[in-house]
Amino acid sequence: MAMTRDEVYAKVQQVLEDALGVDADEVKPDAALVDDLGMESIDALDIVFRLEKAFGIKIPRGELFPENLPELMQDQRFVVDGKITPDGMAELKKRMPFADLGPLEANPTVEQAKRLLNVGAVVSYVQSKLP
Amino acid sequence: MRWIWIDKFLEFQPRQSATALKNLSLAEDHLHDLYPAFPIAPHSLIIEGMAQTAGILVGQARDFSEKVILAKIGKAKFHRLSRPGETLAFHARVESLNEHGASVAGVVRCGTAADAPLVAEIDLMFSHIDKNLAGMSFPEHNFVFTEQFTQLLKTYTLDRPIQL
Repeated sequence: MAMTRDEVYAKVQQVLEDALGVDADEVKPDAALVDDLGMESIDALDIVFRLEKAFGIKIPRGELFPENLPELMQDQRFVVDGKITPDGMAELKKRMPFADLGPLEANPTVEQAKRLLNVGAVVSYVQSKLP
Repeated sequence: MRWIWIDKFLEFQPRQSATALKNLSLAEDHLHDLYPAFPIAPHSLIIEGMAQTAGILVGQARDFSEKVILAKIGKAKFHRLSRPGETLAFHARVESLNEHGASVAGVVRCGTAADAPLVAEIDLMFSHIDKNLAGMSFPEHNFVFTEQFTQLLKTYTLDRPIQL
C-alpha cells in the first residue's frame, strides 16, 4: 500500500534531523533547508544517501538539489532587479516540479526563491519517487 | 611520524566491507597526551582509524581514481576506553556509494572476535571532491591515496610467512 504523506513526512523529518542535527520542532513544512535548517552544500549528499536508504529509492544527480541555481539567479534572463522574470519562473518550475511555487508567484523575489527548497518540497519529491 | 592509524587489513570485500586492525602500544606518544599516568587512545584518532579503513574501501571502489575526503562524521558514539596492549578492529560497511561519494557505517571493537567488546560506533560520509567542488582547483595527482595507504592493500594480499 502506498505511504501517506504523513508517513513520508515523518521519515523525511527524521532524515533531516539526523543529517542536519536539528530538532524535530524545527523541521516544519515551510522551513527552508538552507536559511532555516542550516543546510550546507555537503549536507545535500548526506540527505540524498539517507533518503535513498530510508525509502529505497534512487535520486539522480541534480534532481532533488538542482545544480547551478546560484548562477541561474545571476542570469538576466531569469532575474531583473532582484525579481524573478516569467522565464525565471518557468525555469524554476522545470527544475523543481515538486516545489510549491505559490508563495514565489505571490512574491517573486530572489530571497523567496531560496525558500523553494523547503521540507514540504522534499516530502513532495519523495512522494513522486514512490510507487 | 607516519600519519597512519591502522596496521593491516584483516578482511577486504571491494565496494562492500573491510576490517582493519590497529595494535595500541605504550610506545606511541599520543596515548600519553590526554591523562598523565593513564594512557588511552584518543577518540579523535580512533575516528581517524575508521576514516582510513573506510576511506581506502571507498577509494578502492573506483580504483583510487577519485580524491576521497572525509566530509562528515554522522555519528561517533564511544562505549569504552582503549588502552595500550589492546587491538582495535575497525569494521567498515558501505551503506551508499555513487559518483559523488559514499556513506559508511562503522563499528570498532576491542579484539577480532564477533562478540568482542564494543568500543565505538562511527558513521562517516566521504566526498569525491573533484565531483562535488566544481570550480575549485586541486592538484592533478591523487594526494589522498599516497603510497603508504595503497601499500596497506598490497600487503593485505601478502599475508603469509616470508621465506628468508
